[in-house]
Amino acid sequence: MSKPPVHPERSHESDLSVHPERSSADGAAESKGAESKGALSARNLVRRFGPVTALDGLSFEVGKGELYGLVGPDGAGKTTAIRALAGLVRLDGGEVSVLGVDPAGGRVRERLGLMPQQYSLYRDLSVGENLRFFARLFVLPKKVFRERADRLLGITRLGPFVDRRADALSGGMYKKLALACALLHEPEVLLLDEPTNGVDPVSRRELWVLLHEFVHGGMTVLVSTPYMDEAERCHRVGLVHHGKLLLEGEPRELTRGFASFEELFLSRIGEAA
Amino acid sequence: MSPAISAAGLTRRFGGFTAVDGVSFEVEEGEIFGYLGANGAGKSTTIRMLTGLLAPTSGEARVAGHDVAAAPESVKASIGYMSQKFSLYLDLPVLENLLFFGGAYGLSGAALRARADELLERTGLGGMGGATTGDLPGGIRQRLALACAVLHRPAVVFLDEPTAGVDPAARRAFWKLIRELAAGGTTVFVTTHYLDEAEYCRRIGLMVDGKLVALDTPAALKRTWVPDLVLVVRGRELARAAGALRAREGVRAVAPFGAGLHVRVDPARLGEREVAEALGAAGARDVKVERGEATLEDVFLAVVDRGAPGEATP
Repeated sequence: MSKPPVHPERSHESDLSVHPERSSADGAAESKGAESKGALSARNLVRRFGPVTALDGLSFEVGKGELYGLVGPDGAGKTTAIRALAGLVRLDGGEVSVLGVDPAGGRVRERLGLMPQQYSLYRDLSVGENLRFFARLFVLPKKVFRERADRLLGITRLGPFVDRRADALSGGMYKKLALACALLHEPEVLLLDEPTNGVDPVSRRELWVLLHEFVHGGMTVLVSTPYMDEAERCHRVGLVHHGKLLLEGEPRELTRGFASFEELFLSRIGEAA
Repeated sequence: MSPAISAAGLTRRFGGFTAVDGVSFEVEEGEIFGYLGANGAGKSTTIRMLTGLLAPTSGEARVAGHDVAAAPESVKASIGYMSQKFSLYLDLPVLENLLFFGGAYGLSGAALRARADELLERTGLGGMGGATTGDLPGGIRQRLALACAVLHRPAVVFLDEPTAGVDPAARRAFWKLIRELAAGGTTVFVTTHYLDEAEYCRRIGLMVDGKLVALDTPAALKRTWVPDLVLVVRGRELARAAGALRAREGVRAVAPFGAGLHVRVDPARLGEREVAEALGAAGARDVKVERGEATLEDVFLAVVDRGAPGEATP
């Protein structure tokens, strides 16, 4: 096995989230950039795949310590946007920055974590072995690893299954293991692409408590989700449609006049699937 | 009339691990029955036994009148099945997929063609028969997969997380179809992690560690399992104050929700005012507390917490 399977789509991205412990002072120093106090910035992103325009002038900013949700229908461009912010997509127009730096240059990679939708784990390793593998990759000290692994196994309720091989897990359990592996090292900026599909409600709620703790501690989190109740749990939400930002704001403001975020979504996007 | 599905003491062990542990229930004809539980609780193993794919270790089950252990092939002929990872031929046109699955179920000729056309209309795919399946959005493919699963007019349909990762508009359209199916007499057995969808089920069974711990209508489950007062809290500096609130007696749960909190308390001990005061004392500002309603998510959390009090920790 020559390469860690973190990001299967592309080969050069395996070093994306390899770094560990950082002092919070680094982050503070970096944030004084002129216009962008923001941790993440996307400006007029354009990306075409043949005849399909996946991103069509998408712009948004995420502040430090903010929990920002990207929602939108299937094919809206959420995944392409997240991959662009991770520096993994060549843009046809616009620019991205992460902590004030172009992510494609690789200079922010150790401060950035990404959980793509199709997360690759070693299928012939057990739950515990996969966690240890990623801890090694992130160069986590043993004690830190043990504390975090215990916590994450608790939240994901995978504790009773530590010795089960990854290929014998159900779809939801596999997703939870991927999530635990992605959360082991706590980067300054975390990008999560639909992390909770197939994850049960208990773990989903506990995961959101954990994300709120992370951002309370200064982490910046960008998360895409098809769950509208999760959108309501974000500080701010951007509704993406046809590669553009349709609406943006605090969930409470956006949903004024609607019974729920789902009602808002349906009224703006329509029933057309 | 005998039930569409009945399970009595249904059990499946894998080595020393009991995946499904003495599960008993009945589902009536035309009922939409929701089967919920955490990942690994035993939902999929139950479905594999009920669909004749896996023999029970002990206990028995009948589906559409057939014993799953004695007559698994008769069971398979009477049911439809669709999972989260539904398999369609992505390089084939929509209509070809329907004709292929129809053929696999023994349909053919003009009858198959008429049935395929009927389902294209009913699932809102009319006019899309010639489109390449792989070019269609996930929500449309999902409806096509359902159409493929019901081509042969099965008495019972098993849907295993059919809507995972699908956006709200597509989920709504999908559930409309499910309700129409049930109204036509088809029995629907569905698993989901979307608890707002579970509200559409007539009854819900909740599994914890292989056991069926609760079984009732959504309304009755809420009354039985969540007698707590549910409070919706808004204000500033709440995140810091939440910890102090959690430690207070009478507080059963505190969960962040947007910039606010969802709090469940023992109504005999605490009310809106006490919660507002406790948060204020812990540094929160501009606190507003309102009454909310219990959700099926609250039920799920209550059942899982009480159903597995001594859960093993790593």
